[in-house]
Amino acid sequence: MTMLKHLWLAVIAALIAAPAMAQDAPGLDDKINQAFADFTGPFVSFIFAPFPGTSFPWIVGWLVVAATVFTLYFAFVQLRFFGHAISLVKGDYSDPNDAGEVSHFQALATALSGTVGLGNIAGVAVAVGIGGPGATFWMIVAGLLGMASKFTECTLGVKYRNEYEDGTVSGGPMYYMSKGFDELGLPGGKILAVLFSIFCILGALGGGNMFQANQAHQQIAGITGDYPGWITGVVFAIIVFLVIVGGLKSIARVTEKVVPFMGILYVAAALVIIIMNADQIGWAFGQIFAGAFTGLGVAGGMVGALIQGFRRAAFSNEAGVGSAAIAHSAVRTKEPITEGFVSLLEPFIDTVVICTMTALVIIITQQLIVDPETGNYMLNEAGNAIATVDGNSGVSLTSAAFGSAFSWFPYVLAIAVVLFAFSTMISWSYYGLKAWTYLFGEGHAKELVFKVIFCIFVVIGAAANLGPVIDFSDAAIFAMAVVNVFALYFLMKVVREELASYASRLKTGEIRKFEH
Amino acid sequence: MTTKIVIGLDGTETGEHAIAFAKDLAGRIGTCELLVVYVIEWSPFTFQTPEENALRHKRREEEIELATNRIVTPAVEALTADGYTVQGIVRHGDVAETLNAITVENGGSQIIVGRASADGFKKRLFGSSTQNLVMHADVPVTVVN
Repeated sequence: MTMLKHLWLAVIAALIAAPAMAQDAPGLDDKINQAFADFTGPFVSFIFAPFPGTSFPWIVGWLVVAATVFTLYFAFVQLRFFGHAISLVKGDYSDPNDAGEVSHFQALATALSGTVGLGNIAGVAVAVGIGGPGATFWMIVAGLLGMASKFTECTLGVKYRNEYEDGTVSGGPMYYMSKGFDELGLPGGKILAVLFSIFCILGALGGGNMFQANQAHQQIAGITGDYPGWITGVVFAIIVFLVIVGGLKSIARVTEKVVPFMGILYVAAALVIIIMNADQIGWAFGQIFAGAFTGLGVAGGMVGALIQGFRRAAFSNEAGVGSAAIAHSAVRTKEPITEGFVSLLEPFIDTVVICTMTALVIIITQQLIVDPETGNYMLNEAGNAIATVDGNSGVSLTSAAFGSAFSWFPYVLAIAVVLFAFSTMISWSYYGLKAWTYLFGEGHAKELVFKVIFCIFVVIGAAANLGPVIDFSDAAIFAMAVVNVFALYFLMKVVREELASYASRLKTGEIRKFEH
Repeated sequence: MTTKIVIGLDGTETGEHAIAFAKDLAGRIGTCELLVVYVIEWSPFTFQTPEENALRHKRREEEIELATNRIVTPAVEALTADGYTVQGIVRHGDVAETLNAITVENGGSQIIVGRASADGFKKRLFGSSTQNLVMHADVPVTVVN
């Protein structure tokens, strides 16, 4: 408790000193930004290195190949068991005697609140802004394929989780890597688990934290006027601190309840805009298909659209990354594979539905400027993205698209972004913590160290520019996927055995619906 | 065939009234078995943080233990001491649905509950558990004041 009190005092002192420091050190944001960019540069360059002689990042290929392999290996499990997944979420197969345990719906909702967020709002705008409407097509393809990756990792997450005597659980890729490899008599599982844990901690601090803090600051500054980002960072850090260290669950609970409604409101608003412009839906899909294979003049052409689509989809739905396996492993089910089925709905909801909605709204409201003579998209002055109506990009592009139909929507979106950012942070603080405790062991003091580091990175994230933050965030999350997918290739036969056994029992009626 | 009467407790004083009424009824019927049930209000469709999920099993065990020790076991022991054949059940779920499901599962012939104690707003919006039980139960329900 003494330690907590000291931390408290330090945080409060930082907040009180904030306005004075803002006047004394106007370049603090710049310094943080530069130091951060210098430090993370080599790591980012490695992860996004292109295949020799092309501009195609190897990591994007890595994820797409993996998702395709899993799709084929499990014979299109995402299509065959889609209906069954919905039945599971509805609770049709839940034993009433297990009531009170984490339900499939709760596990799905928790995992979704960690993924639905800025990736769906800002990420899609970045994809469409750079890759053109065609990026949407590749995003949907990546989402559909990614469902098989998610299925594989979440099944393994539940199968190999640790259950402790006190009834709590810890699961995720680090556990299936070490335990699964041991079970199959394969070497190196422990090394992979350690590597994954390191990258997971970086991912939690990057995409799960800094990117969120950064975009939340952009939104707030967009409404209140510009001010130093680290002030937002300190305020956010305090709230996150209160929740994850102070145990102030009420904030987290409120967020967890409000976020789904924000998500529904977002999709509903998108649908209304699309319906209001129903006559343009055909044209918009025409642009998406044409752009997917020709690029319609975007930088990088078809390959540019494809890279952007795949990259933003992967960042948004995290299929193959391994984070969802941590979230889903809390479910107590006799059949680990049922959690795999449920999890395959995640990329569908996140990418195929929500991301596509965002993209359609941006395209239909004609935020991207078309050259009337050629019918192709016009590039901006720098030549690296499509010119937009007000020069918007990222969240502001999505905001402008929704705002063109409902003038008040940017305010709702700003609140949604801040809440999404916060809920994603809470989720990732947990994923990072699980990786941290895997490396250093469970214990209050050890956990506190990670939580404090997490809060410090909130401040850094809010202060740094979007460029270095988004690069590092992507790189850290994709680095998790490098290790995770590698392990999944070795462990996928375990999932296939589970699938065959479950499918046959489902067919014979041994696994059946319960009367509710 | 033994008649089974289900007594739904909610941890309040009205539960005592329900027990008293059930005893009286059992005395009149003769061969009778009592089922003391406590349902812990829970929905599978709520939103939780990852940490809450990880701790859920532990919390569930604690909730069941608490309800068993504080509410169900004392009632079962008191009724047994009075010479009744009694069984206690604690389960999570929607109170009305679960109470009805347990009754049907165990072949109960009627349910006895105390009057509802939901707060004003929730009661107006969704109706109390007792109202829902009365509306949807598959067997006769007696609500005791």
